[in-house]
Amino acid sequence: MKKTIITVVGKDTVGIIARVCTYLAGNGINILDISQTIVQGYFNMMMIVDTNPTDKNFGDMADELGRLGEEIGVVIKCQKEEIFDQMHRI
Amino acid sequence: MINLYEVTETNNMIEKENLDVRTITLGISLMDCVDSDLNRLNDKIYQKIYEAAKDLVKTGEEIAREFGIPIVNKRISVTPIALVGGAACRSEEDFVSIARTLDRVAHEVGVNFLGGYSALVSKGMTAADELLIRSIPQALAATERVCSSVNVGSTRTGINMDAVKLMGEVILQTAEHTREADSLGCAKLVVFCNAPDDNPFMAGAFHGVTEADRVINVGVSGPGVVKTALEKVRGESFEVLCETIKKTAFKVTRVGQLVAKEASKLLGVPFGIVDLSLAPTPAIGDSVADILCEIGLEYAGAPGTTAALALLNDQVKKGGVMASSYVGGLSGAFIPVSEDQGMIDAVTAGALSLEKLEAMTCVCSVGLDMIAIPGDTKATTISGIIADEMAIGMVNQKTTAVRVIPVIGKGVGESVEFGGLLGHAPIMQVNPFSCDAFINRGGRIPAPIHSFKN
Repeated sequence: MKKTIITVVGKDTVGIIARVCTYLAGNGINILDISQTIVQGYFNMMMIVDTNPTDKNFGDMADELGRLGEEIGVVIKCQKEEIFDQMHRI
Repeated sequence: MINLYEVTETNNMIEKENLDVRTITLGISLMDCVDSDLNRLNDKIYQKIYEAAKDLVKTGEEIAREFGIPIVNKRISVTPIALVGGAACRSEEDFVSIARTLDRVAHEVGVNFLGGYSALVSKGMTAADELLIRSIPQALAATERVCSSVNVGSTRTGINMDAVKLMGEVILQTAEHTREADSLGCAKLVVFCNAPDDNPFMAGAFHGVTEADRVINVGVSGPGVVKTALEKVRGESFEVLCETIKKTAFKVTRVGQLVAKEASKLLGVPFGIVDLSLAPTPAIGDSVADILCEIGLEYAGAPGTTAALALLNDQVKKGGVMASSYVGGLSGAFIPVSEDQGMIDAVTAGALSLEKLEAMTCVCSVGLDMIAIPGDTKATTISGIIADEMAIGMVNQKTTAVRVIPVIGKGVGESVEFGGLLGHAPIMQVNPFSCDAFINRGGRIPAPIHSFKN
């Protein structure tokens, strides 16, 4: 399974998770895990998603999520899981 | 499964602490291009490099995007040109024509530097080696992206003092040839002792003759990450300090290993090594000198600097070695002056001298790097500086190098601006006493004894 980590950071507002999830559902991307906190009014979310079912390429997905983030007023980043696995797991 | 804390830590390193992959360097052997006809040789070199590297930049950008980690430079190293051009080149101009070909193909494939305009002369020089060395000033003035290096000594062979003498003159001529650009040519020229075959970093990268046809070598960077980690352990013992550096170096190197493996897979080229060097840039917060200050020095250069650097260098290696399946290149902390804002500040404050820098090179990788000196420095004095540094490398069985820039028309108290990754530098005082008679002796310094270590 190819996993991607999506991070969303920015000022908290109504509907951030809803908009991101709508985009993912629309593109057949399955969410495996979500964790989220609010630190000093700042929204901080991480999602682990399975990008296997989608035929969208990684670059397009990252661009579209980036643009969605700009609309909402947050920063959305997509990164393949390996970078975190490599760094934090032996 | 990965958690939010870990993801945030990684992304903070990238976004706030300047963690990046400094370079993906594609090594390409040009041995199969050798031809006695110069035009055919140039054509073959162009074709081989173009074919091998045409997707390098695109692939680098793709990897950067997938992992969200900047890959700052995509570069190429080639077989030392003195070996490749020996059969075809009869004059300095012939060698310069190869330099132009290398520059043209570097522009075409979009890499910012191409290393390997080099000669390996640690014991003696062939006619071709000498022609190439004498052509360096012209070659570096006529090209933009070509980097040159000359290996003049090794632990096994001793130091070729004829080559050391010649390099003093060549560095000055290179400075003269590029005086309009503040002698920038010298920033692309390195003199080595024990030069590694698989160094991915410029200006000293070349593709050694013991390497495969093509290979991917990666250099990581992360002085800012180490410094930030050390901010959290201020006042703690050396044990805690060293453990922190080791753990951080491990994480930084893992990113390099990942990028190297991915680049190797996408380009269909074997993975060579990860170079563990802590490579600074002029950006604020991306400084090795700042780490030394965080360890407890007022400025780099203060008493204790050599010890602090020694422990830093060693811990980076200890952490990095386990993080990568193959480690090589220079692998240590770089201490270039112009490319490190903390070093520049130390020189400006009067805390750091050329002599202290020389002492520091005994315990860390590379050597006297990116140091601007007065333009009226004598060639023999530059050769003397080179000889000292080569002796440190030869006796300590390590790589050392000299990349000094005699800035024509400028003296101590002035500064020079190279721009970009090369940064800016105050011009440093050089010991004014002569070593003419020493340099003019000619010949070789014999290899050191390998027993009776003390």
